[in-house]
Amino acid sequence: MVNNKAGMTLIVKTITRLTVGLIMLFGIYIVFHGHLSPGGGFAGGVIVALSFVHLMLVFGKDFAMAKISRNLASNLESVGALMFLFVALLGFLGGSFFHNVIAKGKPFDLFSSGTIILSNISIGLKVGVGLFAIFLALVVLEMAKKE
Amino acid sequence: MGKEFILSLMVIIPLGTAFVISLFGKYLRNFCDKAIMVSSFLLLALSLYCRFLLTNTAGTLVYKVGGWNPPFGICMVLDGLSCFMLVTVNIVAFLIALYSLKYMEQYTDKPKFFTLFSLMVCGMNGVILTGDIFNLFVFVEIASIASYALVAFGTEAEELEASFKYAIMGSIASIFIFIGIALLYGFTSTLNMADMAKILTVKDSFRLVPFVAVLFLMGFGIKAALVPFHAWLADAHPSAPASISAMLSGLLIKTLGVYSLVRIFFNVFNAGQVHTVYLKVFMFLGALSIIVGVILAISQWDLKRLLAYHSVSQVGYIILGIGLGTPLGILGGLYHLFNHSIFKSLLFLNSGAVDYSAGTRDLKETGGLAKVMPVTYGTSLFASMSIAGVPPFNGFFSKFLIILACAQAGHIGYGICAVIGSILTLSSFMKVQKFVFLGELKEKFKKVKEVPFSMQISMIILAVVCLLGGLMFVSPLKFFLQDAVNVVTGGMSYSNAVLGGGK
Repeated sequence: MVNNKAGMTLIVKTITRLTVGLIMLFGIYIVFHGHLSPGGGFAGGVIVALSFVHLMLVFGKDFAMAKISRNLASNLESVGALMFLFVALLGFLGGSFFHNVIAKGKPFDLFSSGTIILSNISIGLKVGVGLFAIFLALVVLEMAKKE
Repeated sequence: MGKEFILSLMVIIPLGTAFVISLFGKYLRNFCDKAIMVSSFLLLALSLYCRFLLTNTAGTLVYKVGGWNPPFGICMVLDGLSCFMLVTVNIVAFLIALYSLKYMEQYTDKPKFFTLFSLMVCGMNGVILTGDIFNLFVFVEIASIASYALVAFGTEAEELEASFKYAIMGSIASIFIFIGIALLYGFTSTLNMADMAKILTVKDSFRLVPFVAVLFLMGFGIKAALVPFHAWLADAHPSAPASISAMLSGLLIKTLGVYSLVRIFFNVFNAGQVHTVYLKVFMFLGALSIIVGVILAISQWDLKRLLAYHSVSQVGYIILGIGLGTPLGILGGLYHLFNHSIFKSLLFLNSGAVDYSAGTRDLKETGGLAKVMPVTYGTSLFASMSIAGVPPFNGFFSKFLIILACAQAGHIGYGICAVIGSILTLSSFMKVQKFVFLGELKEKFKKVKEVPFSMQISMIILAVVCLLGGLMFVSPLKFFLQDAVNVVTGGMSYSNAVLGGGK
């Protein structure tokens, strides 16, 4: 990996390399199945954020920040919020704020709940990136304190 | 689509503005200034239009979010009381936004400031308009969390400390509110406030409601800074940038604290005989706040800290007036709420102007600034006379009504408390005028300049409103207050209006 000195030992790094994708995938699964099973945008977003936090703990700050910089994180967070607002505004097409305008489909299908799944995705984006940004801010603060 | 959709715009506009500013504010120069001015002006115009709409329909407007009918979905309710609060909030928020354009240039990151500012306005508009008790909690949290961050905006050690203290106290308040809501939900199986009120009249609730009432009294009491719960305010309000102190003292404690208390206690819990006990508690806490707040204020030498303690005392007047429970008392209380938002935000903006130009707000250091800052001096004289209750200004009329209502309801003791509070307020503002604006101009302040024009204009408008506010009690304008009073005294009529589909 980029810098072998940074982060934890080889064993942890190898295990992480194998699992981190699965963790993220699980987070995305939770987001997409928010209307079918327990979980949803918030819970899934937290799991996605944890996969990045995991990367940061194991490989060091620089490695994770190369994936998502602080600026990108804060921008994506705003995008997530605006997406959610946009989905809510879509409801005006059907007559009122938050109205579920998209066809509902067959119950228990993956794409079945109209705007709910879109809302879940935008919440997942906002929460995931937001939580990662908070963690990043804490790490940067801690490093500034040490210097 | 009926005209009710305007209610949802009151939440959509500030929320959208907040995130658009946080996304583009960093890259486009002056974008955040334009965005915030457009959005707060739109909000002001829409809130006045809401008032117009309410007069035309002569009833309650109910907006069904997502098209779900009231007991099931979330609804937004515009009645006399919420319209009154909405207009108050948006007038002051617009003028404070105007003031902040120049004032906030001494801090770095203006886009972040306006993002949080917009979120706070969004939270307050939401609290006022929502008809769903859990939604109310969510909006209370949005406004509070934005305000925690804004108190720490200067990132000096004491500001961070004040913000931390405020965040802890605010979170404790939120927990009380949350537990109260959870218990009510468990008991009534509904979150819609109107439906809840209806169920509470039918179901035997004499054990639960007093307990929940105590939780809400503590929770919203902390948000409103009533006396036993006021300790955080004196740190948090002075530490924030002046425009935020004005928002916090002028609007936040009233919207989150007083409005929610009134809405829940008068429109939701209006079922049993325990009612008079709550009113007694309100009156006692109100009178206590008046006296304790003003005594703490009078010995302060930091201008903003002095003003912050006066907020405690003035909220006491509002709660005392509302707690009397008579139509006249409630009228006085709500009238004072409006007046206090105007003059207290003006006073905080004045303190910000003094800080901006002279670089200090310590009363022992300033002096004679009237000669170099005539506009600030003039407007602060207006505001000081309003808060002290000198006749032609708005503060006189509302205090007079409260004292009259006390006498009418037979609570002479509380009336005397209000009079004493008023006299002490007058003396402490004489101190402010003497030490800040009058007296000898010190050598180091000779070169002090008046603040920029946009700051002046917002202070002047607020001062004019202070003067004209006295006219609100006269009949052509009285409908604005009277409608609000009718909602509070109406009790169950709120529930019937909302469930009856808004007629």
